[in-house]
Amino acid sequence: MGRFPSVIHLEARQAPQCPQGEKVMQFALLIFESPEAFAARNTDENDPYLGAWRAYYKALVEANIYVGGDPLQPPETGTTVRLKDGKRHVQDGPFADTKEQLGGFTILELPSLDAALEGAARCPAAAIGAVEVRPVSPGFKRQVIG
Amino acid sequence: MSGSEQESTHRAVERVARESYGRLVAYLSSQTCDVGSAEDALSNALVAALETWPRDGVPQNPEAWLLTTARRSFIDLVRHRKVAEASEPTLALLRVEPKDMTLSPEFPDERLKLLFVCAHPAIDPAMHTPLMLQTVLGLDAARIAHAFLISPTTMGQRLVRAKTKIRDAGIRFEIPLERELPQRLDAVLEAIYAAFGIGWDDMAGVDQRGRDLAEEAIWLARVLLQLMPAEAEVHGLVALMLHCEARRAARRGPDGRYVPLSEQDCHKWSAPLMEEAERHLHEASSRSRTGRFQLEAAIQSVHAERARSGEIQWNAIMVFYEQLIRISPTLGTRTGYAAAAAEAKGAEAGLAALDGMDLHDVSAYQPYWAVRAHLLQRLGKRPEALDAFDRAIGLAEDSAVRQFLLQRRG
Repeated sequence: MGRFPSVIHLEARQAPQCPQGEKVMQFALLIFESPEAFAARNTDENDPYLGAWRAYYKALVEANIYVGGDPLQPPETGTTVRLKDGKRHVQDGPFADTKEQLGGFTILELPSLDAALEGAARCPAAAIGAVEVRPVSPGFKRQVIG
Repeated sequence: MSGSEQESTHRAVERVARESYGRLVAYLSSQTCDVGSAEDALSNALVAALETWPRDGVPQNPEAWLLTTARRSFIDLVRHRKVAEASEPTLALLRVEPKDMTLSPEFPDERLKLLFVCAHPAIDPAMHTPLMLQTVLGLDAARIAHAFLISPTTMGQRLVRAKTKIRDAGIRFEIPLERELPQRLDAVLEAIYAAFGIGWDDMAGVDQRGRDLAEEAIWLARVLLQLMPAEAEVHGLVALMLHCEARRAARRGPDGRYVPLSEQDCHKWSAPLMEEAERHLHEASSRSRTGRFQLEAAIQSVHAERARSGEIQWNAIMVFYEQLIRISPTLGTRTGYAAAAAEAKGAEAGLAALDGMDLHDVSAYQPYWAVRAHLLQRLGKRPEALDAFDRAIGLAEDSAVRQFLLQRRG
């Protein structure tokens, strides 16, 4: 826990002046992991990577910024579908063939990108993979669900 | 209205536009996070001013008039945009309008926040300077494109993309937290200095556009100084630019020939600018927090000292470069150190410092080859010197510098 106390202070940031911020925004943390990190998931209970994730999750929940999220099974379990000329093309494997692969996502509710970057920097995956921070689009969602 | 009255109204609009542009854009966008719409709204307000002021006279508080008009235009702009998210800033704007702005002309200066937004790490670093030039100073995309040697269309698109990111990514108009401040301030200072550098390189002695950009950069730094008077590095940057600016008249001979700093006629240097630079450097050092720009300014200060003492204290310059390398070991600082070491300790020492640099890194770095060529020549290593001269000449962008090197090459 000692490593993540500042996550708890995230919400204490100065209230932003922008209108979107008054209601706070939701950001998706897209977690990209190396094959090694995926492999590390199957090791024992005392694995430090797993321990870091537990502490991180706990800190997010305590800071009251955690909205949701889930880890994903390794990329080999992915199947990609495209429809071309009405014909279904199904392909084994993930959409993009890159070294680091999408390994999960976390949705946080925060006042600003800077606060979200703070949260992302503390994500255990940031040290060995990468974390992309993307704002959720409530506007498009409204258009979709009406 | 007579022609001259019309002209003075035009001048009034221009003056208000120049003095208030950044403040108005900063204020409007800090409320909405929408820099692009804030600029569009202000342009509309300026057009409206050009139409109505000649007829009705210049309002008592032109800035407040522009703000009220821009605010209305902003709301119209957002209403007409068919994006669901867009209604939010408008509503907020409507909410915050307290009373008739013409009665309360005071509004907070949010330019500092705008500067930090322009140099936010989430924005492409290559766009930090163009964004500042456009949003704080009101320079148009075509002029910025000219300085950055890319097409106006491309520059326009990149600026729009950056502003869309500011609006949608959740970048807030706020002063960074204390512990992030040094790094974030560095990005702002870098961006201002980059504008100055472009103005400087572009100048070629006669190019008016280049000169303007250097002046705009100094103005931008003065704005920053006004907003952060306690930051040593801001004083350092101002001191550095003023020292360089002071030598403008001496950089070229009467025939447009390039004159290296150590051979410049120091009677042509501007004494008032050098004095002002020294005041800022002194102010910075009193805060005992050293930094890159203060050290670079200190180096320029030693060169400026020649105007009084007639000689250059190369040892002092070398020591400042040593400190600079510890903070920012760039190609520029390391080459600068080598040049200073050559003067202070001899050409061999300078050449040894150059030899310590990675050949791959310097392959396209012109100043490295220019310094190397001079040092090899001084050591009488003619074939190697010629080779280095050729590389320096081939990499030179400024024709006056090329001419200078060709002459030295012999």
